[in-house]
Amino acid sequence: MAVDQNLKIELGKQGVLVTTIQELYNWGRRSSVWPMQFGLACCAIEMIATTMARYDLARFGAEVFRPSPRQADLMIVSGTVTKKMAPQVVRLYNQMAEPRYVIAMGACAISGGPFKQGYNVLKGIDRYIPVDVHIPGCPPRPEALLQAFITLQKKIDGQHLTGPDRPRYLDANAQGEFPVPERGEHDLEPTSNQGVWPVQIQGLRDYGQATAKRLTEN
Amino acid sequence: MKTVEEIKAAIEAAVPGAGVEFVRNPGPAAEHSLRVAPASAVAVATFLRDDADLALDFLSNVSGVDWPDKEIAEKVKVTRTVTKTVDGVEQQMEETVDETRKRIEPGCLEAVYHLYSVAKKHGPLVIRMKTANRSDQVELPSFTPVWRSAEFQEREVFDLYGIIFAGHPDLRRLLMWEGFKDHPMRKDYVEPDDYEYEHVLARAQEHKNRDQRTEIRDQGPGVA
Repeated sequence: MAVDQNLKIELGKQGVLVTTIQELYNWGRRSSVWPMQFGLACCAIEMIATTMARYDLARFGAEVFRPSPRQADLMIVSGTVTKKMAPQVVRLYNQMAEPRYVIAMGACAISGGPFKQGYNVLKGIDRYIPVDVHIPGCPPRPEALLQAFITLQKKIDGQHLTGPDRPRYLDANAQGEFPVPERGEHDLEPTSNQGVWPVQIQGLRDYGQATAKRLTEN
Repeated sequence: MKTVEEIKAAIEAAVPGAGVEFVRNPGPAAEHSLRVAPASAVAVATFLRDDADLALDFLSNVSGVDWPDKEIAEKVKVTRTVTKTVDGVEQQMEETVDETRKRIEPGCLEAVYHLYSVAKKHGPLVIRMKTANRSDQVELPSFTPVWRSAEFQEREVFDLYGIIFAGHPDLRRLLMWEGFKDHPMRKDYVEPDDYEYEHVLARAQEHKNRDQRTEIRDQGPGVA
C-alpha cells in the first residue's frame, strides 16, 4: 500500500516513479486551480496585482482566470459582500462544478470588516457558503493571497479519495447546492445557512440584555 | 457671485410668490442658504440656472437630512386663581406659578442642493426644501428636469430617507433592493440585529483555557 518515503526517493533516483492514484489525482488538481474572474471591492485590486508579473500567481498554476463559473475551480471572494450582492455570490458558487474551493479574502469577506455594524453589508460570506481559507487584512497584501493559495494547495494535497474525511464532492449524500438567500423586507432571509454556519446568531441587543441581567444577578 | 441676500432678492423679483427664506449658518463657514417653498421650487431652480448673472448650471450634490420629532420642555409662568383660607376667611387669590410644559415639535425631512456655475466659475449656492412631516407628506418636487445630475442622487435620497420626488423620471431605490421597506439613514431606523458576538466571546474563553493547558504541558511531566 503506502510506499516508504526513503524507498520512494531512492527509486526516483533510479528513474522509477512510484505513486498512488490519490497523490497523482491531488497533484493534478492542486497544480491547475482555475480561479473565477470576479472581484467585489478594493481587495480585487490586490487580487489583480497578484496575478500580474510582479507577484505572478501563474507560478502556482492558477493563472487562468475564468469568466464563467462553469469552468472555475476556485472562488476568491475578494471584497465587501453587500446584502444586495450576496444572493448572486451564492448563485455563482452553486454554478461552479465540483471540486470547488473558496478563499475569503480580506476583513469584509470573512466578517463584514469595518462595515459590520452597517445595514447593508453581509457579516461574512461563510454564513452562506463553505470557505476553505480565510485571509485577514484590509486589504491583504498579494503575498497573503499567495500564502492562502499555498495553504489551499496543501489542503488539496491532504485530501483522501475514500473514507469518512473525503471531500464533499466524493460523498454522494453530501449537500451540493446551497440555498440562495432571498431579499426580504428588512434583511436577507434567512440570515445564514445553518448547514454551513452552525453559529447561533445572538443579537447584540439580546447580548446586551443578557449581560445586564448577569451583572445584576451577581 | 452675489451674496445670498442679493440672490434672494433677485429670485423674489423674477419669480412672484417664490416663498424663499434666508437660513443663516452661524458657524465660521458662514455658508448661508435659501429655503425654497416646494410649490415654487422648480420655477426658482429654472431661474437660477437660466439667469445670466447667476448661471448656476451645475448641480454638484444632493443631500438628505432627517429632522426627528423633538420634545421641547419650556418653563412658563402661569397665573391661576386659587382659594385660600386666610385668618379663617376664604379668599380668592391670584397666584403665579412656574410650570414646565412639554411640546412636541414635529420633525420633517429636508433635501439640500449645492449649486455651482461652470460658466461663471462661482458657487456654491445652497438651496433646501422641507417636507411637511416625516410620515405621510414626504413629497418634494424633483430637480431632475432642471439639472440632469440630480437623477441618481435624488434616487439615493429617496432610498435612504424616503423623500418622494414628484416629477422624477425613474424613482427607484438605488442602493437597497426592490422590496426593502425601511429607509436606513433615518434616525429611527433599527438595523437587523444578527451578530454572533456571544459565540466569539465563548470561543475566546476556550482559547484562553487552551493556552493555559499548553503551558502546563510544556513544563514537562512531574510539574503542575
